[in-house]
Amino acid sequence: MNRLDARFRIDYPGFRFDVTCTVPLEGTIAVFGSSGSGKTTLLRCIAGLTRAPSGFLQFAQEVWQDDARGIFLPVERRHVGVVFQEARLFPHLTVTQNLKYGMKRSHPSRRRIAFDHVSELLDLEPLFQRRVPHLSGGEQQRVAIGRALLTSPQLLLMDEPLASLDQQRKKEIVPYLQRLNHELRIPVLYVSHDLHEILQLAHHMILLKEGRVAATGPIQEVFARLDLPELVESNVVGAILETRIAEHEPQFGLTRVEFLGHSLFLPQQALPTGAPLRVQILSRDVSLVAGVPPETSSMLNTLEATIVEVSESPSDQYAVEVKLDVGCPLLAMITRKSFQRLGLRPGQKVHANFKAVALS
Amino acid sequence: MNVMDWGPLWLTLQLAAVTVVVLLLVGTPLAWWLAFTRSRLRTLVEAIVALPIVLPPTVLGFYLLIALGPHGLIGGPWKDLTGSALSFTFTGLVIASTFYSLPFVVQPLHGAFEAVGKKPLEAAWSLGASKLDAFFTVASPMAIRGYLSAVVLGFAHTLGEFGVVLMVGGNIPGVTKVLSIAIYDHVEVLEYTQAHVLSAVLLIFSFLILTIVYTVNRRLPIHVS
Repeated sequence: MNRLDARFRIDYPGFRFDVTCTVPLEGTIAVFGSSGSGKTTLLRCIAGLTRAPSGFLQFAQEVWQDDARGIFLPVERRHVGVVFQEARLFPHLTVTQNLKYGMKRSHPSRRRIAFDHVSELLDLEPLFQRRVPHLSGGEQQRVAIGRALLTSPQLLLMDEPLASLDQQRKKEIVPYLQRLNHELRIPVLYVSHDLHEILQLAHHMILLKEGRVAATGPIQEVFARLDLPELVESNVVGAILETRIAEHEPQFGLTRVEFLGHSLFLPQQALPTGAPLRVQILSRDVSLVAGVPPETSSMLNTLEATIVEVSESPSDQYAVEVKLDVGCPLLAMITRKSFQRLGLRPGQKVHANFKAVALS
Repeated sequence: MNVMDWGPLWLTLQLAAVTVVVLLLVGTPLAWWLAFTRSRLRTLVEAIVALPIVLPPTVLGFYLLIALGPHGLIGGPWKDLTGSALSFTFTGLVIASTFYSLPFVVQPLHGAFEAVGKKPLEAAWSLGASKLDAFFTVASPMAIRGYLSAVVLGFAHTLGEFGVVLMVGGNIPGVTKVLSIAIYDHVEVLEYTQAHVLSAVLLIFSFLILTIVYTVNRRLPIHVS
């Protein structure tokens, strides 16, 4: 698989940005960190808008920057799409002219994304006749995403594209971003300080802290780690499952999803049967039953699991984290008292009861 | 009474028009550099550009007279290159007017480019536009109000100049005798009718231009904030 290899170092007064990372060029790669951690700097270095004095950047087989050899490809020749935090639409052009600005400048042989497709994907047609200053924040951001996509970029860089929007507008745009991933197959580097957005969109994650990479890896792995205070303190540690909608049970207000041959029940989802749905099981939402599970339980979701490992809970001194295997990793945070009472140990078979949350 | 001589009016309009074109060609890169450079020379250059606003025109004219002379900083090389002198010529007047009106073109452009800022340019580059392409298709149209102010102020300021022209141009009919000097001459010899006509033409013309500009400016769609 193609990779992005990056090595940047910039010394700012009182802050050193020093990032080395390799990520697969597939799906959405989230760059997460608190403000001032260097997220935007990383995106700008990859775009070519900021030049790290001695840097190296390779996109698949193309070297975009190698200061040891004096190579620096300017932004306009990297064929990347950039969506900034503010839409940065051109106020003197119409919506349509904005959309076509980059498309007209791309070589016809590179164009693989059709105007009509983007227009349909982002629901842009109602905006064509509107003037840029009259668009709402969410509408402007949709046009900005469309404008970047229409250059048929080989990489889409998004710098907190939803940060300036309220919750309602965010909810409006997230589905567009999910479709973008599924339908256009352009790798996306997505900068955000919102873990919920990342849980919904990302496949891979780079966690930055004070200008350095604190963690990187597939999202399932990073969110199952107990040594990252940023995630533990936000109560987002747990398993992330890629499921498919199996059936709806409207009479109970439930939807059954399947993953790895298991069934889970969730509150009813507005998605068709067979549609993919990402589900999170937070470690604090999982309880364990040792021995034979009672035949009648109010818990809908029960899976047979094997204990892999037990460790201290980083967030609660009276709790332990139990790592389980249900065909994929599952985490359970239980009280120290329960842990002793049940006499849990690695290798033991238990039943995990849990509540699952749809990430959409 | 002498018949009306329209030569000075025509010459003045020519001078102002040519000067504005030269000013835009010189002022645009200068204003661009001032708006985006991080060089420490910036304040120095800003001060030099603003000098004609505070200097008496005769002081500026005096230095320009020397610089444009056959042994001057500009006139010398010009003579070597073309074989003719610069002082007391139309070309010399254009050069002098360019210096004289420079701040009135550079300052509005500088302000306009700063208001546009780097952000729309970065967006344009990321969409595949070269630096020059982004300048013409994004920065310039967004700075249109600045250009309008620059053209009008540059034109009007050149139209009304007197001291500098007198110093470097002299008073040669058809070559350097511009409107303001013609009016002065008429008054000197008590030809008040001619002075009235020329003054009124200049007054009405200036008023019309400013009215048109303010109307257009108000209707321009760009509001850069």
